[in-house]
Amino acid sequence: MDRDPLLFEYLLRLGDSPLILAQRLGEWIGRGPVLEEELGNANVALDLLGQARMWLSYAGEVEARYAPRPRDEDALAFLRDAPQFRNLLLVEQPNGHYGDTLMRQLLFDAWHLLVLQALTHSHDERIAGIAAKSAKEATYHVERSGDWVIRLGDGTDDSHARMQASLDRLWTYTGEMFMGDDVDASMLELGIGIDLAALRAPWRERIAHVLEEATLAAPAEDAFMQGGKGRGGKQGVHTEHLGHLVPEMQFLQRAYPGAQW
Amino acid sequence: MVTREQEALAAAVAKAERPSWRSIWSALADVPDPEIPVLSVLDLGVVRGAEWDPVEPEVLVVRVTPTYSGCPATEVIIETVRQALADIGVRNARIETMLSPPWSSSWLSAHAQRRLSEYGIAPPGSATIGAPVTIDVRGLAPLRNRSLVPCPRCGSTRTELVAPFGSTACKAQYRCADCLEPFDFFKPI
Repeated sequence: MDRDPLLFEYLLRLGDSPLILAQRLGEWIGRGPVLEEELGNANVALDLLGQARMWLSYAGEVEARYAPRPRDEDALAFLRDAPQFRNLLLVEQPNGHYGDTLMRQLLFDAWHLLVLQALTHSHDERIAGIAAKSAKEATYHVERSGDWVIRLGDGTDDSHARMQASLDRLWTYTGEMFMGDDVDASMLELGIGIDLAALRAPWRERIAHVLEEATLAAPAEDAFMQGGKGRGGKQGVHTEHLGHLVPEMQFLQRAYPGAQW
Repeated sequence: MVTREQEALAAAVAKAERPSWRSIWSALADVPDPEIPVLSVLDLGVVRGAEWDPVEPEVLVVRVTPTYSGCPATEVIIETVRQALADIGVRNARIETMLSPPWSSSWLSAHAQRRLSEYGIAPPGSATIGAPVTIDVRGLAPLRNRSLVPCPRCGSTRTELVAPFGSTACKAQYRCADCLEPFDFFKPI
């Protein structure tokens, strides 16, 4: 396969996870447990949406190099169907209660920051630039989600039990975050992409540190649900939840094609 | 057919009609940040540079960089910059967004930091590392705030982090334990 279609695929993966997570966090708007968290959630969602736009804009420009009908960031976000999304399974999981949302956020944020930091060394200057900008924001994200997991885990008996249940369930979606496939291998070889497997140890270390303070028990290292290579979110094999999220996210463009404001 | 002489003449006319750099920078210095109006886009370091396009002599290229990726103020800023330039006679401005180097709060000048503080927002340069005051919300573990931020109203360092995000992504919410006022802290990034 040529370089550009692979790069396009790689950029979709980078952009779709923040896009879908921003949409999930947006579902909390107007329903936050306290005003401060209402604002915190919305601000994290905005950061992620801004990052998704940078990745998807670049993806659109790369697609224009080889495709007869290239798509811009809006077409990529609003006119693809669920199986064409390349986000992680973790980020499409429903919000649940507020502790579920924060646990999902911690597991993602810790991984996201490592990915972005590694990508700042990409030979693709555009990727390195977007990653450097996003990494600064992700640093604040992981501090916030970590703080909240500690507060709720090391909280009341009820909050502790709920956080442990969140962790045990969401953990099963984290396996694919460290599994590379052929696209990852090609991008790594070109010096554009990163080695996902190498992020597992530092991720576990960061998570273990938070869980220890939160008095939560880490699940078994291999307690993952993914079937292996080529069977996860970044290959377009999603949980049923994405099929509900995507139509809501795309409603306006589907009902009123080309609408702008 | 346009001769080379005519092209050169048109370019010379376009150059002669350009507003001065002094008026351009002064126009930009008057464009406020929509969310923190005491700071201009120059104070913030959002406008990174400007130059006349070498090929199209009537086009002014202005480079801007967003503070945060998703900051909704960015589009407002771009439109306000365009309007401010049009008002001084720059008919054709091309605003280019650049990401590298990523925007940093350390680009705020000492003057801008003072203006922020007078406005009631603790500036990013005011934080020091120290033992922070902690708050206990209904038996939950306290937030781990890592820096000591003096209150912009009374100067006390007995302040506490309420939330790491405030009314905008660039600010955290704090509370002063002495004057009891809440305040925003412009986060270092």
